[in-house]
Amino acid sequence: MTNLWTRCNNCQKILYKQDILDNQHVCPACNFHFRLSALERLGMLFDEGKYTRLDEGIFPVDVLRFEDSQKYSQRLQENQKKTELTEAVVNARGKIGGIEAIVSAMEFAFLGGSMGSVVGEKVTRAIERACVERLPVLIISCSGGARMQEGALSLMQLMKTSAALARLGQERLPFISILTDPTTGGVTASYAMLGDLNIAEPNALIGFAGPRVIEQTIKEKLPKGFQQSEFLLKHGMLDDVVGRKNLRAYIIKALRLLLNRY
Amino acid sequence: MKKEEDFYKLEKDILLLKKQIDDLDVSEEPGKKEKIAGLRAQIEKEWAGVVPHLTATQIVQIARHPQRPYTLDYLTNLVEDFTELHGDRRFADDPAIVAGLGFYKGKTAAFIGHQKGRSTRERIERNFGQPNPEGYRKALRVMKLAEKFGFPVITLIDTPGAYPGIGAEERGQAEAIANNLKEIATLRVPVVNVIIGEGGSGGALAIGVGDVVMMLEYAFYSVISPEGCAAILWKDQSAVAKAAENLKIRAKDLLELGIIDKIIPEPPGGAHIDYGQTFKSVDKHISQALKKLEQKPVDDLLKERYQKFRKMGVFSEK
Ligand SMILES: [Zn+2]
Repeated sequence: MTNLWTRCNNCQKILYKQDILDNQHVCPACNFHFRLSALERLGMLFDEGKYTRLDEGIFPVDVLRFEDSQKYSQRLQENQKKTELTEAVVNARGKIGGIEAIVSAMEFAFLGGSMGSVVGEKVTRAIERACVERLPVLIISCSGGARMQEGALSLMQLMKTSAALARLGQERLPFISILTDPTTGGVTASYAMLGDLNIAEPNALIGFAGPRVIEQTIKEKLPKGFQQSEFLLKHGMLDDVVGRKNLRAYIIKALRLLLNRY
Repeated sequence: MKKEEDFYKLEKDILLLKKQIDDLDVSEEPGKKEKIAGLRAQIEKEWAGVVPHLTATQIVQIARHPQRPYTLDYLTNLVEDFTELHGDRRFADDPAIVAGLGFYKGKTAAFIGHQKGRSTRERIERNFGQPNPEGYRKALRVMKLAEKFGFPVITLIDTPGAYPGIGAEERGQAEAIANNLKEIATLRVPVVNVIIGEGGSGGALAIGVGDVVMMLEYAFYSVISPEGCAAILWKDQSAVAKAAENLKIRAKDLLELGIIDKIIPEPPGGAHIDYGQTFKSVDKHISQALKKLEQKPVDDLLKERYQKFRKMGVFSEK
């Protein structure tokens, strides 16, 4: 197979790559939403794909000197090289439908989009900046949860970011949480679930505990569709599930409604 | 790496001494006070030999010790007229978290804590202290009640973690935890947290944040259980000891990292060897913390609470 072609992991159909790209990385055959990078997300969301990156000078530190099969410091370097990003989140400012907004987009390719000190700090700075400049905030989550290699420091980022959102709320500034595949663990248990609106892409895995852990605990097969966007919508955890094709238009409408801009 | 010794083996001699103390205590033997004091000194000596070599895994075993005092043991001993309040007013009552009001030092306070259960039956009933979403929501309900009437909130943390069950996900445990964090950030009464045993990730954090976070000397607090971490990062259950060391889960590590404010000393042998001394130690620290917090204007309290967590995290900046 030449690299002009690819197989959809969901429907197994062989597809022409350009067709997927033209379709915003959604399978034209089965509507499966492929994972996007943080920069692709930002490019799709902002007007004409134009935005300014913020808080780029913050770098992770291997404070615990964590070492499993590999040193954490080494993992960080490799992931920085691979993604050409400093960490698992990118902060940006720009216009969405003409409305100025602050956006944090998570990068799954960087250590599974895990949240350590830097992700927590950058998300918090995005929220605090929005408080000062009186702008709405959007966070596009894509994460396996808290970063184990930073131990309890990662856990504390749940509180740090949630407390910042409490302030944003007191300032009466809107926060739209966009949950994409996958959003699990500590990210779900903090900002991802705290949106004024919680919006998810179709068939995204969203939950707190991972499905394998649950299966091992209860020793039963999980029901079909468990922890998928549509499951969460049905159980009242999401405002809506919105396909990628309509996402930008939906966000613009939502911002206009929340900001009372007819 | 050679396999570490189980803490339960290490403490054998101490438990024998402890048994002698307990027997003496209920006896009519003449001079029992002196004899008990002698035995206590012996425990202290034994312990001094054990403590410096305790591994992270052994600390985990102390924190999970089946005889370790649980939330209700503390409440029974430190709180007058403790009145348990049940239910989240939404779905159910979660017995893995107890919450209620009681008099502490002559004033009403709200108490919230994980409860593991002592007998097999009670353990199952309380889901081994692993909360469902209703537990966090009940905790928040009681915190809001405390806020309404101006009572301080004291929480005791002792959980392996949030329960990984189908129902817990269906009823939004992530949302329940997140919402507690957000709401506690602006709760207009003092909040004191004590990690008394296991500080298991999100299930602990959901009631584990406030103005002063204290931790018993041999409790542990972690982003993931050492077992879970070993399975994910090492893909090997025999790597639990390595995971435990790497995660830096001990009270002294967490104090250094700025995650907790204070370590509450445990009696020689651990909290389970001497309940009386443990309660006294915890009581002293809670009352001192509350006294300081209650003098602060609420707006200052909230600013400081925000800054406390705002500062957490280590990174470099260029
Ligand atoms: Zn497909």
